[in-house]
Amino acid sequence: MNKLTINRRGLIKSTAVVGAGLAMPHIFTRRANAFTNEPTGSTVTLGFNVPQTGPYADEGLDQLRAYQLAVEHLNGEGDGGMLNTFSSKALSGNGILGKKVAYVTGDTQTKSDAARASARSMIEKDGAVMITGGSSSGVAVAVQALCQEAGVIFMAGLTHANDTTGKDKKANGFRHFFNSYMSGAALAPVLETAYGTDRNAYYLTADYNWGYTTEQAIREATEAMGWNTVETVLTPLAATDFSSYIAPVLNSDADVLVLVHYGGNMVNSLTNAVQFGLRERQKNGKQFEIVVPLYSELMAKGAGANIKGIFGSQNWDWKLENMLGDRYVGTNAFVRSFGEKYGFPPSQAAHTGYVQAILYADAVERAGSFNPCAVAEALEGFEFDGLGNGPTLYRADDHQCFKDVVVVKGKENPEDEFDLVEIVEVTPTEQVTYAPDHPQFAGGELGSCNPGA
Amino acid sequence: MDAIILQVLNGLDKGSAYALIALGLTLIFGTLGVVNFAHGALFMLGAFCAVTLSRLLAISHETADPTRTDFLGNPLKVQTPYVEEWFGPEIGGTIVEWSVPLGILFAIPIMIAVGLAMERGLIRYFYKRPHADQILVTFGLAIVLQEVIKYFFGANPIPTPAPPALVGSLDFGVMIGFDPGSIIYPYWRLIYFVFAAILIAAVFAFLQFTTFGMVVRAGMADRETVGLLGIDIDKRFTIMFAIAAVVAGLAGVMYAPINSPNYHMGMDFLVLSFVVVVVGGMGSLGGAVLAGFLLGVLESFASMPQVTNVVPGINQIVIYLVAIIILLTRPRGLLGRKGVME
Repeated sequence: MNKLTINRRGLIKSTAVVGAGLAMPHIFTRRANAFTNEPTGSTVTLGFNVPQTGPYADEGLDQLRAYQLAVEHLNGEGDGGMLNTFSSKALSGNGILGKKVAYVTGDTQTKSDAARASARSMIEKDGAVMITGGSSSGVAVAVQALCQEAGVIFMAGLTHANDTTGKDKKANGFRHFFNSYMSGAALAPVLETAYGTDRNAYYLTADYNWGYTTEQAIREATEAMGWNTVETVLTPLAATDFSSYIAPVLNSDADVLVLVHYGGNMVNSLTNAVQFGLRERQKNGKQFEIVVPLYSELMAKGAGANIKGIFGSQNWDWKLENMLGDRYVGTNAFVRSFGEKYGFPPSQAAHTGYVQAILYADAVERAGSFNPCAVAEALEGFEFDGLGNGPTLYRADDHQCFKDVVVVKGKENPEDEFDLVEIVEVTPTEQVTYAPDHPQFAGGELGSCNPGA
Repeated sequence: MDAIILQVLNGLDKGSAYALIALGLTLIFGTLGVVNFAHGALFMLGAFCAVTLSRLLAISHETADPTRTDFLGNPLKVQTPYVEEWFGPEIGGTIVEWSVPLGILFAIPIMIAVGLAMERGLIRYFYKRPHADQILVTFGLAIVLQEVIKYFFGANPIPTPAPPALVGSLDFGVMIGFDPGSIIYPYWRLIYFVFAAILIAAVFAFLQFTTFGMVVRAGMADRETVGLLGIDIDKRFTIMFAIAAVVAGLAGVMYAPINSPNYHMGMDFLVLSFVVVVVGGMGSLGGAVLAGFLLGVLESFASMPQVTNVVPGINQIVIYLVAIIILLTRPRGLLGRKGVME
């Protein structure tokens, strides 16, 4: 029987041979592709990474519907939606750069690790050239960082935390949705008019990055107009019963409760607050009020009658063009496409998802390449109109879109099941614009774009 | 003082849910010796009985109203529930609004059937298997039930309101001499607490004052001897499984207006309910109820800002912390029987 002997020289030789063998395919790949997942066939794959389960599932599923509609329109199917009103005319309904658009989907579960895993799978296994979606800032920041490392573009979905285009901004990441600072800047003047300058506010805040930055933004904006902050309490994202957090509000000096919650969290916390009689409460000689900084029609539907009269802010609303005219052109075209396909009006989550998919496709067409660096260059400083928000700028410094912000409140007497919020006012872009080095966005560098491969 | 009373009240309704689930878990463990990880799913199924009934009652006849338009400019489709057509708008409307209390009647036969099917169809094959096998199979069953509900009802919470007559809150503070508005407690949570107390009392009375209950208790203490007396104890234990399923189901029905039901709600309660069973003492019905209320109140206190400001995050771990302390100092739990899972 032969005896297997291993000596030092033999081991080094074997390791070198095996190592070279393993490296060969990678070396060839690097030479073959200029960037990650360069589309070589007749199709291009986009990755839609949205929460289909978890507290933000409503928003995620609506976003997914909008992405599917965007793909139809990009491939020349349906009525074309906002492609007909978009100020850029680079897209002609024959896919992107002549390639038919295909897509893969993932469930982020509203968890950063699950979202990264599904995004990684879409990039590595399905060859997605762009990842978009997410209905949580924790998820968005995590997936944005992954896309930066992988060398693909990330078109953020419903992410409202300052961090996404603040301390965690990345060169490969772009956000169309508005942010916490903008909510504070838009809401504060409306709250001042409605509730005065002498108020004591109590904050219940979702315990993750979106909660922190939104609480800070609203607190700074309201304190600047004279409000006093009584207490700030963090609540777990997984919480379903907020009664033990609502009860101490009754024993505080607060006359305003600010619910920094979103999605299912907000539906439950608002329901609990109403159950405990806060809407009928009188405190400090004033009517007790509830404020929900980030609002959506989907949340209003979940909260039912509890939402009536409560102020909040939105990125977009399906009634904008009907109520405020041509400045918001594109809105009706999108509502018609979406409504005829699905039977109900789109949410703001759906709108921002659709717009991001269209903006990415348009940027590729204008750049003439799927290379993430070329796409990023086409998006930076891009000014556009006709996508429902009025004139909009994709600022080059931080990859944040600047546009009008919609202040809304729950409608007292809805005319039908979709007529749940009314537009109180639209805050012009100038009033919500801030310097790239604003303290709420301090830290972090955009860095340089990564084409991967 | 008013803050403390409020948190006690607040902990009682959460504790009611824990106690009801833990009571069912203990009944099953005490009778059949099965560690049932599907018990949270029974709670969830109960809540979805309420959702199902409210949807059945809301099945509507659709007519187009040419005088009004929808968001696309088409004539508005007006939905009129058949119940309102049959019984008139007033009585029909009331029936629709009272779907949650009516859900109790709807859920009882369903939960009995589910309980019997679970026990006869699956769990009885695992009586003589190790606890680890029982945990795996019941946990698997819980996941299957969750996915079935998710398939039919979707992933999102479904608002299921209480009847309008029971919406609102009681100014408890005024009743005991505090300032108005200082201790407010929602009517439905009060009803939930009273309902849980009645249900728990009924289960105890059934076990304590009926011949059936006496045999079951004897079987829990010494199964073999009861069997040797010629009593079909297995049949009685199967019925106890169905009763435990009904208790969990009714806890779920009544919980639906407190927090909108979703397919995952059973899992949210299951882990905490197991902690409740262990703290109360494995196999002790009284211990399960006591620990349920105790941990519910503790969790409520731990969420107060005065506490979280001193120890951040304590609200999320307090139950487990207390469980560790109790098990270190009293390994068989608060009211646990000597020798049971010690």
